[in-house]
Amino acid sequence: MAKTKKTETETGTGQPVRAGSLFAYAPAPESPAAAGEIATGYGHFIGGEFVDSSGSQALKTVNPATEQVLAEFAQGTEEDVDRAVRAARKAFADWSALPGSERAKYLFRIARIVQERSRELAVLESLDNGKPIRETRDVDLPLVAAHFFYYAGWADKLDFAGWGPNPRPLGVAAQVIPWNFPLLMLAWKIAPALATGNTVVLKPAETTPLTALRFAEICRQAGLPEGVVNIVTGDGRTGAALTAHPDVNKVAFTGSTPVGRAIAKQLAGTRTKLGLELGGKAANIVFDDAPLDQAVEGIVNGIFFNQGHVCCAGSRLLVQESVQDELLDALKRRMGTLRVGDPLDKNTDVGAINSAAQLARITELAAAGEQEGAERWAPECELPGAGYWFRPTLFTGVSQAHRIAREEIFGPVLSVLTFRTPAEAVEKANNTPYGLSAGIWTEKGSRILWMANRLRAGVVWANTFNKFDPTSPFGGYKESGYGREGGRHGLEAYLDV
Amino acid sequence: MSTLAANAPGAAGGGLSDVAASEATLRRFLHGLPGVDQVGLESRAATLGTRSIKTTAKAFAIDLAISMIDLTTLEGADTAGKVRSLCAKGLHPDPTDRSVPQVAAICVYPDMVATAKEALRGSGVQVASVATAFPSGRAGLPVKLADTAEAVAAGADEIDMVIDRGAFLSGRYLEVFETIKAVKAACERPDGTSAHLKVIFETGELQTYDNVRRASWLAMIAGADFIKTSTGKVAVNATQPVTLLMLEAVRDFRAATGVQVGVKPAGGIRTTKDAMKYLVMVNETLGDDWLSPHWFRFGASSLLNDLLMQRQKLSTGRYSGPDYVTVD
Repeated sequence: MAKTKKTETETGTGQPVRAGSLFAYAPAPESPAAAGEIATGYGHFIGGEFVDSSGSQALKTVNPATEQVLAEFAQGTEEDVDRAVRAARKAFADWSALPGSERAKYLFRIARIVQERSRELAVLESLDNGKPIRETRDVDLPLVAAHFFYYAGWADKLDFAGWGPNPRPLGVAAQVIPWNFPLLMLAWKIAPALATGNTVVLKPAETTPLTALRFAEICRQAGLPEGVVNIVTGDGRTGAALTAHPDVNKVAFTGSTPVGRAIAKQLAGTRTKLGLELGGKAANIVFDDAPLDQAVEGIVNGIFFNQGHVCCAGSRLLVQESVQDELLDALKRRMGTLRVGDPLDKNTDVGAINSAAQLARITELAAAGEQEGAERWAPECELPGAGYWFRPTLFTGVSQAHRIAREEIFGPVLSVLTFRTPAEAVEKANNTPYGLSAGIWTEKGSRILWMANRLRAGVVWANTFNKFDPTSPFGGYKESGYGREGGRHGLEAYLDV
Repeated sequence: MSTLAANAPGAAGGGLSDVAASEATLRRFLHGLPGVDQVGLESRAATLGTRSIKTTAKAFAIDLAISMIDLTTLEGADTAGKVRSLCAKGLHPDPTDRSVPQVAAICVYPDMVATAKEALRGSGVQVASVATAFPSGRAGLPVKLADTAEAVAAGADEIDMVIDRGAFLSGRYLEVFETIKAVKAACERPDGTSAHLKVIFETGELQTYDNVRRASWLAMIAGADFIKTSTGKVAVNATQPVTLLMLEAVRDFRAATGVQVGVKPAGGIRTTKDAMKYLVMVNETLGDDWLSPHWFRFGASSLLNDLLMQRQKLSTGRYSGPDYVTVD
């Protein structure tokens, strides 16, 4: 960096604003009991029934905020996967023959049950994932319901979606989802697949299987015909067995780029349709005429939302050199007010890191950032003793060559780079193997359009970040994957068109 | 284009004394302030509104909110008797519980200042008077100054003036600036002390957030001790996004000049729940330095009784109802 960094006290003649200690918020915990009954052990959900695994191995899912075991669940075997695919195949004939308006009824019913049981699902998700209840309650669950409502609306209108009359479903969809938004990713996968007449076998992540298993109950409550939705739990081996199964017609995977690449190799030369939503290293670009206070909020929301466990997280902040001091002062001040801790406390902003493995990866990459010469900063904040935690962290003096500017950290770590001109901003933003999302902050509308035309990213947000809506397609360029989820585009992934 | 940084540190006179040298310089400064993104501001205010304030935090916040109230009566029907009973209420908000703090001030029209002053003598509760042809501000400068001087002479501790929104909206910023300066001068007492000046923007009439930010800086440069949202006499009064924006303005102003300015949302804040949301905004935007009646006020009347009922509920576990608080 050309300029020397200044602290807040040095940039103004006045005193810095201090985070409040007078008005300390008393704990406001959501009740864990609201999550409903969590069984000690779970099998799979196949053909409308909860069934035991053919194998004997069980995995444990822990509460990442306490490291306590929440439940055991089955490690799905190849036999389990085969059984689930056969159940889905059997259900496909009747399900795809239903009029769209009939399939819509089931989806509308599921959406309404999700809304009715949203508190239960939000608490369960926070327990299993570690994300704050404020986010599960105000972001995840409303979006889950919205996705089902949205695709329910499409089910009887597929003739008008742009592919001519009566577009046909693919058949059985194998869906493997990540742990960062367990129920929301399930909704992104299942809602369009069912609306278009496919049946599914879904494998949730091995650290967050509980809401998917609870969703299986909701399928039964909604009277969904058996075999239309099947859920098989397990780790990567189960996922590999599912994506390699010869009788699936579609594979949809959201997760890391290395695994996505392996699946693409596995399916090369087959007739199986593939959609991949992989990693990202998004640039959040702040120009000197940006609405500063809102840009700071957008940066915070871009990287600290969901502990940074977001594939489209704004993990690279590109700030115009002429405002960097001012912006960084404001950003640090704001980071000082983030409340890190108990995910079930309604006032928590940043929850627990999802797993010990993920914490180790974040720790390793942050250490690499320091070793490579970037300057590390994190606000003072007390972290709980048990559980997996990482302070919201900022790196300044980062260059394009640093690992923390290139590799996806998938944690609450922001790398700050600078630029001088719009062209340089575009060049740096695009200089990454990924291309999932980007953000632009400026008051100039023409510059937003100029930038958006040049950024190679699936989503470009202007003066906002991490905003999702079922009507808007989402997906990546380059190593961030291919195919689109959401909106009308999301239908294509599940239609033979 | 970073006006704040360019003007902030080092420059002569805190950097801001020159900006009002002419209409052109003042306009250039105010229009050079960073823009406000409406969606982002409103979403930040809404998120802060989801904070859950319980038990000890709620008890603290209720008492703090009571102590920050400018208990207000601004009616054509106001009488000396009405003002005296309001003063009694402000001194002892809950006659059954002496641990309830007194309010910050009683806010009245200028002709009621003497009455209020007499009723509050020695209590520490301030007398605030609206002035400058409140609420519309549609009068000539001599009338506004006379209005102010009369209130100060009658003993007002604080003057709540209104800006000329017509002048502001037509871009006559210097006229608004000079008026505030003149009223500030009229707040001086013969003994050299001065009544505190609160400047009301009537944000419901300024409409845009960019205008609110400009009005905030304009008033602070002109010498306002407090900036205040509304008169309570128009359709849209204090809102959380507008107040959040003004809190950010006083924060940035202190960082730039070292001068601390207070904030007063007024009108439409009726429930404890609303008051909690405002205090959360102060807490998370400005911190401890503004969490006192010296730097943050609520312009309200019915809010007080709701705070008292919630206070009773918190201490007894039962919700008593409106007949268990006094109507004054």
